[in-house]
Amino acid sequence: MDAIVCVKQILDPEMPASAFKVDEASMTIVTPPGVQQVISPFDAQAVEAALQLRDAAGAGTISVLSLGPDSARDAVKHGLAMGADEGYHLNDPAFEDGDSWTTALALSKAIEKIGLPDVLLFGRQAADWDYGVVGGMVAELLDLPSVTVLRSVEWRDGKIGVSRVVSDGFESVSTTTPCVLTISNEFGDPRYPQLRQIMQAAKKDVTVWTPADLGIDPSAIGAAGARVKMERLFVPKNETQVEFIDGDSPAEKAQALARKLREAKII
Amino acid sequence: MASVLVIGEAPDGQLSATSAELLGAATRLAEELGGGVACALIGGALSSAAQAAVAAGAETVYAADHESLAQYHTEAYVPLAAAIVQQDTPQAVLIGQTSIGRDLAPRLAARLDTAVVMDAVDLAVADGRIRATRPCFGGNARQVVTITSDPQIITVRAKSQDALDPDASRRGSITAIAVDPVAPSAAVTGKEQVQSEGVPLNTAEIVVAGGRGLGQESAFRDLEELASVLGAAVGASRAACDLGWYPPAQQVGLTGTVVSPTLYLAVAISGASQHMAGCGGSKSIVAINKDPGANIYNFCRFGVVEDYQKVLPPLTAALRELLQD
Ligand SMILES: Cc1cc2nc3c(=O)[nH]c(=O)nc-3n(C[C@H](O)[C@H](O)[C@H](O)COP(=O)(O)OP(=O)(O)OC[C@H]3O[C@@H](n4cnc5c(N)ncnc54)[C@H](O)[C@@H]3O)c2cc1C
Ligand SMILES: Nc1ncnc2c1ncn2[C@@H]1O[C@H](COP(=O)(O)O)[C@@H](O)[C@H]1O
Repeated sequence: MDAIVCVKQILDPEMPASAFKVDEASMTIVTPPGVQQVISPFDAQAVEAALQLRDAAGAGTISVLSLGPDSARDAVKHGLAMGADEGYHLNDPAFEDGDSWTTALALSKAIEKIGLPDVLLFGRQAADWDYGVVGGMVAELLDLPSVTVLRSVEWRDGKIGVSRVVSDGFESVSTTTPCVLTISNEFGDPRYPQLRQIMQAAKKDVTVWTPADLGIDPSAIGAAGARVKMERLFVPKNETQVEFIDGDSPAEKAQALARKLREAKII
Repeated sequence: MASVLVIGEAPDGQLSATSAELLGAATRLAEELGGGVACALIGGALSSAAQAAVAAGAETVYAADHESLAQYHTEAYVPLAAAIVQQDTPQAVLIGQTSIGRDLAPRLAARLDTAVVMDAVDLAVADGRIRATRPCFGGNARQVVTITSDPQIITVRAKSQDALDPDASRRGSITAIAVDPVAPSAAVTGKEQVQSEGVPLNTAEIVVAGGRGLGQESAFRDLEELASVLGAAVGASRAACDLGWYPPAQQVGLTGTVVSPTLYLAVAISGASQHMAGCGGSKSIVAINKDPGANIYNFCRFGVVEDYQKVLPPLTAALRELLQD
């Protein structure tokens, strides 16, 4: 059971909301002091899913693939430390400031170059821009079946059984391989690499590819190829003022709240 | 050819509320773009949904009606949606940001060699193209974007747009789309419906939600009691769902359900941005949280800084009394 997991490095999405700032002029996020770049959480869960599938199948190669600047190498290393075998990093200025389309194009070329595995895994969405597009686009570009937003995956002798999270419950789906799967948080916590594994991963090589290595025209990727143009980036204003309910005891506060809700015609 | 084509949903043969909202948005956008509104429906037993789409603003309805399409299926829906878009050649395609839309839109965009913007909450026209505003960074920020390729495909958040008043006297044409069922590579083999007892979350006027600070699964029974007094739905934070205290289908937030009730009562929820992304549109937010510095209080109309265990029983009693008369 061979798999490729696409992982993105992002600013830690668990940072406190109060630390979040944007620079409206350059339309970029201001990295607050002390906040780290991390592997996007759904992507770590996708690596976990790949490792579990391999365990179930008994053997296989897990590759981790990331497109991003120099620092994105750490996201690949995180996947290797979790137990993946090979790392690939698409790193070149021409890849920068792309959109879902240019990312999907570059990743699909890299996947073809690595060799199509049984399973391609993605996060349900990158927890920075929250798009949720790249997995589906790669599936389409490579003409593969896709099943999205999964809480579980199972290896069934060359086929894959999954449980999808849908609005009113769960759907069981059985798919042939090769296929594209996108993983949601319901999958459960990914394993956390131990120090020894981090040291081992540090020694592993990560293959770096440029657009030329993938046979992509630089005008098709990055800012040059992007089809979504950002006009503005801002933090929405919030002018709500909370009124804390007074009272001598919790019960009095509860009663006062009930009265306030009625007076304000909220109930 | 329409300016704006809506890909609607008709589960159980009924046009969904979100589809009607999208047709309302499409009507407003098409007016500015100087063209018409069309609606694509893919499903089973669509005749009344097609009529409803006309009443909701569609001048042309494309109906791919076949029993094999009663349930959403990627491999069947994507080619049909693509065929309808190619037949109609609209400037823009609107799709709901639903389980179906999330799955369909990215593949459809790649198949049509164009781009897609997900989860728009505001749509406007500038220089003949659509400008979509969408939350990002877990709800911390918003971006305004334009798609430069055609057609412009945009998924739109439920309840972010107003439907037109349905008007049965509106006239529209209904075009049947030929359906050729294919054996899929990825087949749906089962469905587990998670029945939420009581009021459904996404349409509730009042939502009572619980978080990790409840400390125990059984506290949700107390929230359910409060909810039944208020006629409310019960929601949960992701932390509470991840702990197995409440079903994922009841999760409110970025990756859960987006709710916009008149009252959102958050109990022992800290108010992380990804949670607020799912309830920030509520008319009034009220929190019970023992930490006066909790982020949720930045969004609240009223707050009770207390241990929820001491507040819930008297609150339930007081509301029961109040709502009796
Ligand atoms: C990519 C991504 C997507 C996410 N999507 C979602 C999502 O869709 N929905 C979602 O909810 N979260 C989501 N999260 C998680 C989110 O960041 C928070 O971790 C989560 O919302 C926290 O849940 P909570 O408020 O219940 O728990 P906590 O943050 O632990 O807060 C518990 C609160 O309870 C209070 N408390 C404790 N004891 C008591 C008591 N006895 N009485 C009163 N108050 C008490 C505490 O003061 C605290 O404020 C996402 C995170 C990421 C990274
Ligand atoms: N730059 C990237 N490098 C590798 N994988 C990515 C990248 N961007 C997105 N992905 C993958 O695609 C998924 C969806 O991303 P998105 O469509 O941007 O929300 C992510 O969870 C990753 O698995």
